[in-house]
Amino acid sequence: MIAIQTIRLTKQYKDKIAVDALDLSIDQGELFALLGVNGAGKTTTIKMLSCLTTPTSGDAVLLGDSILSNPKAVKEKINLSPQETAVADNLTVKENLELIAGIYGCDKKTAQRNAAEMISAFDLAEVANMKVKTASGGMQRRLSIAMALISDPQILFLDEPTLGLDVSARRELWSVIKKLKGKITIILTTHYMEEAEKLSDRIGIMAKGRMKAVGTSAELISRTKTNTFEDAFIVLTSEAEVSK
Amino acid sequence: MRFLLFASRNQKEILRDPLNLAFGIGFPLVVLLLLSTIQANIPVSLFEIEKLAPGIAVFGLSFISLFSGTLIAKDRSSSLMMRLFASPLTASDFILGYALPLFPMAIMQSVVCFIVSFFLGLPMNVNVMLALLVLVPTALLFIGIGLLAGSIFTDKQVGGICGALLTNLSAWLSGTWFDVNLVGGSFKTIAYLLPFVHAVNAGKAAIAGDYELIFPDLWWVIGYALGILIIAIFVFKKKMNKDAV
Repeated sequence: MIAIQTIRLTKQYKDKIAVDALDLSIDQGELFALLGVNGAGKTTTIKMLSCLTTPTSGDAVLLGDSILSNPKAVKEKINLSPQETAVADNLTVKENLELIAGIYGCDKKTAQRNAAEMISAFDLAEVANMKVKTASGGMQRRLSIAMALISDPQILFLDEPTLGLDVSARRELWSVIKKLKGKITIILTTHYMEEAEKLSDRIGIMAKGRMKAVGTSAELISRTKTNTFEDAFIVLTSEAEVSK
Repeated sequence: MRFLLFASRNQKEILRDPLNLAFGIGFPLVVLLLLSTIQANIPVSLFEIEKLAPGIAVFGLSFISLFSGTLIAKDRSSSLMMRLFASPLTASDFILGYALPLFPMAIMQSVVCFIVSFFLGLPMNVNVMLALLVLVPTALLFIGIGLLAGSIFTDKQVGGICGALLTNLSAWLSGTWFDVNLVGGSFKTIAYLLPFVHAVNAGKAAIAGDYELIFPDLWWVIGYALGILIIAIFVFKKKMNKDAV
């Protein structure tokens, strides 16, 4: 079953086209990595899919609901972890989790139970009752992602989730993301080639607002006749013509 | 009832910042005590507690704009807002969530001001309760100003506009420190065109038991409060859509 279907999804800011007629289909349970250099249109795509910004033209259907005609229904099914840590500084870790659970419709008891599960899953027990601003950057990032998962979303957007994390924290987060594979549909943006290769089922490479190529890392390496995925990425992002 | 959860978060964010408590309650009380001490040592009646208490209560409420404006402006520049905009929270949830926690805080601030005033000689009677009621539109006015400032400016700008300009305006042009009629001229005209002196006059009339004098002044405050709140809601909604982009 298709979870996300975009139909010529376009976003234009004055004279700059941030996303240009994007046609994309992502299956339910798939982990789709969106790659591209800065300004390629990855974050704008995520913002449109998560109803944060309205497309200039085109549409996207998420699990049967259009982002244009039924954004309320879409918002109930999705959650996102923005590029920067998105937490309430003066609330405790536990309160942050309970807040998001409540906003997505959980009653108090369920919110508390779900928060406890997330605290355990993300190894946040030692800072659970501490104000977030006193926790380390790595802890805050883990919390930020836990907050995206606590609503039990059917579609999850992870915008550069491991940005700024050290190697061990990144690996820990990868194992969490791997566990989610197959259960929920994930769109992940990243600048790390290794991350995309290791985690994703398919990879989409964007450049100048257009989708240059979609496939598994092996398919993209083969298509570009290169030896590594990084080389394939360089070839695809520097090509002028769209190759799908 | 998602707005209640958001309101609870906002209340915690404000109350857990010690600077907010220091400025919101501590600073007006220091001014109240200072001016009362001056009054006790001079032969003329310059800062009688019956007139001073409502003025300080209005001055204290001006800090509500600083709290709410700073919180909203900070939120707008943070990724947390992106997360919340993508959630099922609606524009009404956001507006109620920001405005609601400020209301009990404003009432509490005025209550503390009047309790301290009792110790300084303010008569303890039903008129003080009436004065608290009369201050409600003033509280709404400052909540609206905070919502508006937080929607337009950055947190640093809010600090300057609400923290310095607004608190000074509401102090100097309210007749708390001195009778604006004594200055007269343009100063008096401007003061009476703004709501602050009317808020203080309505409070003074309530405390004095001059009930018929409350409403001419209170209408000004109610008019300003409604106008500012309507503009603030409109601007907030507009900025919400723009910021999400």
